[in-house]
Amino acid sequence: MRSEAKPAAVSMTTGFFRAMGAVIWKDLAAELRSRELLSAMLVFALLVILIFNFALELDIQTRATVTAGVLWVTFIFAGTLGLNRSMAIEKDRGCLDGLLLAPVDRAAIYFGKMLGNLIFMVIIEAIVLPVYSVLYNTNLFNPGFLLVTILGSIGYVTVGTLLAAMAVQARTRDILLPILLFPVIIPVILAAVKASMGFLQGLESPEIMPWINLLLVYDVIFLAVAFMTFDYVVEE
Amino acid sequence: MITVRKLIKRFGLKTVLRGLDFQVEQGEFVALLGPNGAGKTTFLRILASLSRPTMGEVTIAGYRLPNQAAAVRSRLGVVSHLPLLYGDLTAEENLQFYARMYGVLDTDDRISEVLDLIGLKQRRRDLVRTFSRGMQQRLAIGRAVLHDPDVMLFDEPHTGLDQDACIMLDGVLSEVAARGRTVVMTSHDLARAADLASRFDILSRGVITTSVQRTEIDTDDLLAVYRNALREEERVIA
Repeated sequence: MRSEAKPAAVSMTTGFFRAMGAVIWKDLAAELRSRELLSAMLVFALLVILIFNFALELDIQTRATVTAGVLWVTFIFAGTLGLNRSMAIEKDRGCLDGLLLAPVDRAAIYFGKMLGNLIFMVIIEAIVLPVYSVLYNTNLFNPGFLLVTILGSIGYVTVGTLLAAMAVQARTRDILLPILLFPVIIPVILAAVKASMGFLQGLESPEIMPWINLLLVYDVIFLAVAFMTFDYVVEE
Repeated sequence: MITVRKLIKRFGLKTVLRGLDFQVEQGEFVALLGPNGAGKTTFLRILASLSRPTMGEVTIAGYRLPNQAAAVRSRLGVVSHLPLLYGDLTAEENLQFYARMYGVLDTDDRISEVLDLIGLKQRRRDLVRTFSRGMQQRLAIGRAVLHDPDVMLFDEPHTGLDQDACIMLDGVLSEVAARGRTVVMTSHDLARAADLASRFDILSRGVITTSVQRTEIDTDDLLAVYRNALREEERVIA
């Protein structure tokens, strides 16, 4: 074996983005092959929409008021499945240790996992929204609504990835994650539902902007919190 | 290469390591022996920077843990009884991923070299989940040596392997050690450890109770020393 196979001398920033990119690539490559996570999230999301249809009797009047709520509950529930699975894959074969052993800033691992989860969530949303539009004859292709969907998803996976990394250490991780996550994401759900409803009902921007601002602030605060605490969350 | 002084590790009220002292010179192959619950895995996880010491001093290759953990990690290769590999990626993709995480130069050449070393070149495009336990463990060693670390930590690498796979793994372990690397390996298997290691340390109740060089002892004597250490532990507990 040669002796000069030492790690490349790279700046911390390059190393950070290289590691983050590697984690995203690995998650996407594994998922493209197995399709376990996306198929479970998608089937679950479509079933939730159907169940809401029967439970709420989504006629035209009801739809106008509950569409945003139904969609966000669907995204949150399906997203929780994805977050749990995404971290369980790391834990089951000891791969989380493999990641933590790498000589990189552990925040890069967090951001890689977070962006991977965000991509999965956006893929599910990109399928669910047109399906909902067609099934319930509701126009969801509103730029403002789509912006809220992205901001809400970022807030959700930012906190969700951090708490999933915490919950995965426990034997009861499947039930622990929702218990930890749902109380913390109430501001995201509230702001996302209110802002989404505002855009879908054509409200004026002064009525919507406070909710958008809340989403932005939440996203920034929790990205910073995750950046600072991930190292401690994953360490014994 | 590795210096540990007065290491204490507590989990809540339970103290697992009780002021452990440990020193390994460059190129030594140390087998860390001990019964279940002696603290071997906890100790190795601290050396691997996966767990923080409660108290005490740990220095590897001149870098202190946990403050200089990233510098230590770049010089460490770790193999545990879990493969730390992704089943839905091929052998080559797993190595590519870890090569990027470690910033390895000339990735393709290096991966090819490592696959040669572990004898998995023919299976490089196969998914890891189709591999036998022995092949996964060989690939795990490939992952661990990819960045050419100075120090290797093996945590019961023979667990769950059949005899043939153990013999093949021993060959790879010997080759890894023959490159002048410093190796610390925990094991329950005294005969295997006796064949591979140059020094045997017995960990009991959170401290190293016995340390003997390979040149000072044969396998039968090692077994006797190990049994004595266990009897002593049982006596203390009683």
